[in-house]
Amino acid sequence: MGVNRRKFLKIAGVSALGAAASPATEALAITPTEWLDKQLGGFSIPEFLLHFFHKPAGSQPAEALTATRWAMAVNVRMLDEEIVEACMEACHKIHNVPHIENPKREIKWIWHDEYEHVFPGQENEYIDENLQKLPFLVLCNHCFNPPCCRVCPTKATFKRKSDGVVMMDMHRCIGCRFCMAACPFGARSFNWVDPRKFIKEEEQNPEYPTRAKGVVEKCQFCAERLAKGQMPACVEAAQEICKKKGREPALVFGDLDDPNSEVRQVLRSHYSIRRKPELGTQPNVYYIV
Amino acid sequence: MLEKAFLGGRKYWIWMGCLLLVMAAGFISWLYQFRVGLGVTGMSRDISWGVYIANFTFLVGVAAAAVMVVIPYYIHHYKAFGRITILAEFLGVSAVLMCLLFILVDLGNPVRALNVALHPTPRSILFWDMIVLNGYLFLNIFIGWNVLMAERKGSPPPGWLKPVIYLSIPWAISIHTVTAFLYAGLPGRHFWLTAIMAARFLSSAFAAGPAMLIIFCLIVRKTTRFDPGREQIRTLSGIVTYAMILNVFFFLLECFTAFYSTIPGHMHTIQYLFAGLHGHTGLVPWMWTSAFFWVVSLILLIVPAARRADDVLAVACVAVFIGCWIDKGVGLVIGGFIPNPLEHITEYVATLPEVLITLGVWATGFFVMSALYKVAITVKEETGA
Repeated sequence: MGVNRRKFLKIAGVSALGAAASPATEALAITPTEWLDKQLGGFSIPEFLLHFFHKPAGSQPAEALTATRWAMAVNVRMLDEEIVEACMEACHKIHNVPHIENPKREIKWIWHDEYEHVFPGQENEYIDENLQKLPFLVLCNHCFNPPCCRVCPTKATFKRKSDGVVMMDMHRCIGCRFCMAACPFGARSFNWVDPRKFIKEEEQNPEYPTRAKGVVEKCQFCAERLAKGQMPACVEAAQEICKKKGREPALVFGDLDDPNSEVRQVLRSHYSIRRKPELGTQPNVYYIV
Repeated sequence: MLEKAFLGGRKYWIWMGCLLLVMAAGFISWLYQFRVGLGVTGMSRDISWGVYIANFTFLVGVAAAAVMVVIPYYIHHYKAFGRITILAEFLGVSAVLMCLLFILVDLGNPVRALNVALHPTPRSILFWDMIVLNGYLFLNIFIGWNVLMAERKGSPPPGWLKPVIYLSIPWAISIHTVTAFLYAGLPGRHFWLTAIMAARFLSSAFAAGPAMLIIFCLIVRKTTRFDPGREQIRTLSGIVTYAMILNVFFFLLECFTAFYSTIPGHMHTIQYLFAGLHGHTGLVPWMWTSAFFWVVSLILLIVPAARRADDVLAVACVAVFIGCWIDKGVGLVIGGFIPNPLEHITEYVATLPEVLITLGVWATGFFVMSALYKVAITVKEETGA
């Protein structure tokens, strides 16, 4: 049984108040000792304290996909309108991302844009027209050195130590939007209004939380799916169509720290670029062009 | 001593009543915003900070008025400023108060504001901004009040207050530096990513802050029996002149780097602000208005005969105020978001609720300042200063 800080403080507090509160606990027909025993969940007090102060690294369920540095390779040559739309729809549906028409209020976790906008400053007049027209998928880069996490005044956005996923704690975010100013990739969206009004009830995914107004959100590399042993939604959606069309996978997801991972293999065999490498944020999303 | 704020004439109460009305309008608008969300403002996914943060940034500068009076008086023993330190400190108090209110109304989740203290995060500049702003607010209230109490008793301020006053000097510098660092350390925002950002903040602060102080001194002279003094205003106007020259100079330095290097990212925002970019020209009239006021203020300030006439000086100070407000608020904050990281252009126009909330915060600042000035000036009138 895991013992978290909240529980520890609760127990400590209640034990301290034990004497004063004993009449009340008697009324509940349980002695403070019994109550404490129950709370400690079979641990002795020293065991409990040891557990509290020496926390083992967050354990994942056995079926979880694990890595030390998740990354994605987007093989742009394999993308087409259909795949891109499928990726966007899969992601936005699973994560209850509201569909808001007004571009000023819109929320997007994954979308597409043209080469010259995804790689500004690297375009030139004579570039291959096909490349110019290709739909470049863009999403949070899950930077190795994320400026958004650096500026957040509450650690509501943070890089997960175990696998480098840049995540959001929607319950802690104060909505200052400093992370939006800091992100050089425009990956973050703010809930300007109540997003729940823009999600049709029958389309809502009850397995994933909806958000409230006033918080920032973005792609989380499908951390909740990885924990269940599933690939990110966009990767899965792209794979399905690519298989049908007999193409190489358009999105490859894997562990950069594992030299035998699929993502390392495609990066080894193809030339790849990253967005705004000069800023030193070290994106973990690679583009094969 | 605070009871003196309640002993005012008819005009005083009409003024305070008007401010209360504006505050009420702002508060009602804020309740609306609180209910619906920040979607009632003109901000967007691309322009994620608007007029609230713009005013916050500008007012951090105004708070500097205090230190420009404190340094000459306490460090250089320039006795003349003894008469007006209290006015400068109370201006600082109300300016910082407005800054804090502007941050609060800008939060998507104001009820969670204390998370900043609950989960202190020293790597975030916003955490430090919270510390320096609240600290500066406290320092100015504490110093101002103690100096005024001593003045009322006809005794010099207590000796232990000196170190606190000395502390307030670097602290004032810190509020600008830290606020500049909010912007200057963000990769990918070329317009903000400049090493002279803090220096620009200081120069515009030392122009706009004392300029406002001069305006208030002139008003105080007209409306009360207390005269802040001819020499004091003259010295202040000299400070404004130097600071304003530096401010314009620093801006021109930015232009040189951008346009001589011709690096697109460095030029884009300045082009957008003054000429428009890809047909988007929303801020062009604003920026040329700002430039116009800068030039007017410089001419009026640099020509000695003009600067020394009170009426002309008042015009020059208003010009400094408007010019700096547009430059720092509209230009710096909103301009920094244009173009967006994917080089698309979204423009920004404030909405009515947003404007009302902004006016409400300003009214709150003026309300507090009027009350504090009332106390200070009544004490000064009584002691026959």
